[in-house]
Amino acid sequence: MSRPPPGRTTILDARALSRALQRMAVEVLELAHGTDDLVLIGIQRRGVELAERIAKLIEKEEGVLVPRGALDITLYRDDLQTVGPKPVIGETRIPGELSGKHVVIVDDVLYTGRTVRAALDELADFGRPKRISLCVLVDRGGRELPIQPDIVGKQVKMNSGERVDVLVEELDGRDEVDVVRTGGSA
Amino acid sequence: MTPPLLLRGGRVIDPSRGLDQTADVLIQDGKIAGVGTGLGEPDGVEVRDVRGRVVAPGLVDVHVHLREPGNEDVETIASGARAAAAGGFTAVCAMPNTDPVTDNQAAVGFIVRQSVRAGLTRVYPIGAISVGQKGEQLSEFGEMVGAGAVAVSDDGRPVASGHLMRTALEYARTFEIPVADHCEEPTLAAGGVMHEGLVATRLGLKGIPAAAEEIMVGRDILLAQLTGGHVHLCHVSTRGSVDLIRRGKAQGVRVTAEVTPHHLTLTDRACEGYDTHAKMNPPLREAADVAALRAALAEGVIDCIASDHAPHAYDAKEAAFDDAPFGIVGLETAFGVAHSELVLGGVLSLPDLVRRMSTAPAAAFRLAGGTLKPGAPADVVILDVTAQWTVDPTAFCSKSRNTPFAGRMLTGRAALTLVGGRMVHEAEARAGR
Amino acid sequence: MTALGKDLIGLEHLSADQIRLILDTAEPFKEVSERPIKKVPALRGKTIVNLFFESSTRTRISFEFAEKRLSADTVNVAASGSSVQKGETLVDTARNLEAMRIDMVVMRHPSSGAAGFLGDRIRSNVINAGDGKHEHPTQGLLDLLTIRDKHGKIEGLKVCLVGDILHSRVARSNIWGLSKLGAEVGVCGPDTLMPRGIEELGVCRFRRIEEAIEWADVLNVLRLQLERMEGGFIPSLREYYRVFGVTAERLAQAPRELTVMHPGPMNRGVEIDSRVADGKHSVILDQVTNGVAVRMAVLYLLAGGRPELAEAAKGPAGGGPE
Repeated sequence: MSRPPPGRTTILDARALSRALQRMAVEVLELAHGTDDLVLIGIQRRGVELAERIAKLIEKEEGVLVPRGALDITLYRDDLQTVGPKPVIGETRIPGELSGKHVVIVDDVLYTGRTVRAALDELADFGRPKRISLCVLVDRGGRELPIQPDIVGKQVKMNSGERVDVLVEELDGRDEVDVVRTGGSA
Repeated sequence: MTPPLLLRGGRVIDPSRGLDQTADVLIQDGKIAGVGTGLGEPDGVEVRDVRGRVVAPGLVDVHVHLREPGNEDVETIASGARAAAAGGFTAVCAMPNTDPVTDNQAAVGFIVRQSVRAGLTRVYPIGAISVGQKGEQLSEFGEMVGAGAVAVSDDGRPVASGHLMRTALEYARTFEIPVADHCEEPTLAAGGVMHEGLVATRLGLKGIPAAAEEIMVGRDILLAQLTGGHVHLCHVSTRGSVDLIRRGKAQGVRVTAEVTPHHLTLTDRACEGYDTHAKMNPPLREAADVAALRAALAEGVIDCIASDHAPHAYDAKEAAFDDAPFGIVGLETAFGVAHSELVLGGVLSLPDLVRRMSTAPAAAFRLAGGTLKPGAPADVVILDVTAQWTVDPTAFCSKSRNTPFAGRMLTGRAALTLVGGRMVHEAEARAGR
Repeated sequence: MTALGKDLIGLEHLSADQIRLILDTAEPFKEVSERPIKKVPALRGKTIVNLFFESSTRTRISFEFAEKRLSADTVNVAASGSSVQKGETLVDTARNLEAMRIDMVVMRHPSSGAAGFLGDRIRSNVINAGDGKHEHPTQGLLDLLTIRDKHGKIEGLKVCLVGDILHSRVARSNIWGLSKLGAEVGVCGPDTLMPRGIEELGVCRFRRIEEAIEWADVLNVLRLQLERMEGGFIPSLREYYRVFGVTAERLAQAPRELTVMHPGPMNRGVEIDSRVADGKHSVILDQVTNGVAVRMAVLYLLAGGRPELAEAAKGPAGGGPE
């Protein structure tokens, strides 16, 4: 079986990404029945930027800026015993009490589901929200745990030797989602 | 009765007569029968070809610890004598800090008998200055000398009391023996485990300042001057001590001094990494001290090299630096280290090294030895000064292995050691043993 | 290479990058201690022994919290450090720990070099919680973190250590850490409590506390080690306080806003005035908070990662958490 040559294909350009986020923001509002108990929590790193954008979009629509937080799941990873040297830990900040809230976790790519599992474990250490939902920009399939997103920006079918790169203006200088073929197993 | 032995064609170095030439040496009835060329060969003589070798008076080490009685696990008089023979020594003086302390005639006699039984290198006992080495009451110098003691010392410990040191020096005059002192002012040195200096500061270890030794060196020289007695300064380690000794000798004081091979070679930097094989008392000092000691030895301000051979069990040294005992073995590496560092290093000529390891120590302690003049006991060492060998503690004759020189490549060793004309050591013919 | 290696023995042989890595890693751990549930599962299943041959409530508790907040299992062993005592030697202790497959050992011992001695002999990670007068690296690190938090940087700051430098492992760790991160280091105290050759470590030396206060941005006041002084290095505590005490009056003369630190426990009225310890210059309590975070960071960074398992876990599809 011959592998496709290494290369990078853009599947969402800046405009397409913006449209996707707009739709996702509307779906979040629908899911949460408004902004009253809504809390957006982004997973480090790019989930945080995406959560911020969705919150701004919601603000334009509803006039309310919902609380946003950030979650670094490094310390909850299930593979910490096997990596070394240790990965750098980012900031975790949870906006206020979570009980009675509807938390929407925001992440850039959903793949095996282990990151979300770690995020759920970590959130549990902060409190007990009324409800937790999952909103991702890209679902690339390949789940290793029974975890499903409630809101998806784009569904992508991936082959072995491929990965998804999400770039955001705030961190990478441009908005883009690419599929990258590494020409070997990723 | 051993047959006569003719050592043919070696370079004969006899500092006692200023001899350094190719010659033969004839040994008969345990004595030197003749040195020269064209010596007659008596009936049944065994001829040994020693061309390319050095024939010298057997080496003499006036400062060793043989641990018997009391600590036979780490060394006995027999194993120590074997180690000495392997090192080229035909005589050693054993310090009295045994258990029980060698402070009476019975204990001295015991050591003499053990030495005779071993039948190897001659072991001369040094008696304690004070009973139990407690620093209070003089021990019976006369009885100990009568039983075979050649000097007195409380080594292991300093003689803290000026009064005791003075009386010891005066009393020893009756018997014409030296009083050997381990120079250390106890309150300054207390708790110290290495030289006080920058390395100790970095390692967080309590140091022993050079002044702790120099104060006692100064005191002992003054007391020797006061009493007319003979003081022998053990294991001198600092440049300040060297200056004091030089002045004392210039003033005609009867002071002799020894230095160890490790103090001539290593500095306190050897303690970095907390290597307990660099822990001894007095401690390794600074480069400037090493330089001063070398110059002093060359000048004769320091009379001789002595190993301060101090065996310890392997697991005693396997401890945090503070908790490990002081001391290293040295009989089997002394000549190799001294030759490699001092002769090949251009500090001493070979005849001078032989003088400092044989003639001079024998003279300092008034021992027979250190000479190849006809009629003297045939205590002879044949040295191979080109032999290159690597120090392997597991191959030591000593029971103990605590040396900082493990793995070091040295040049020069004893090929054959004769005591009273009898062979007590022969190195294997193959190189690198 | 920034990774720390197997053990943390001291700051002397760490690079500036390695020290910065530890400080940067400590920041997120401060947040963990603010949570309602002060626990993360990062070291779950690891066994850690706190092997203290010298009594110490403060350091041991700080390590214990750090370990428990990382979900590790901890055991405290209080052993005798006296070399005269008949008992298990350090070598035997090391071998026993190894035989029990302990993952990490946090050790405090009265002999300098003991931590390195242990680290060389067992496979477990060894963290030096203070060895003799040699080093106390986690204290040095938390001091650095506290200074960095207060002043925003370390480079170019003037930090003066005050007191019994001779017997202080905290001083040595501070000197190494501060120098490597670019601070100017000073020492102040009586000559009897100053180690030989200290200037050769690149520090400035002050014989009067007034001079030190005039010069410094930060004072790190060391405890006068009453239990360590084997005989008369100073005539009396009262004299020490009169001549070297960090008092409110002396601080008032300072040309700039001084930060005052102390590793604790404090001898109030000996090396430091109560008004200073409790006053606005003092960051002593921040040091304590930072201590837990720094120790969590150290444990986290040292805790065995085995990259070969990660490789095996990847499998043909190419795994990894996402």
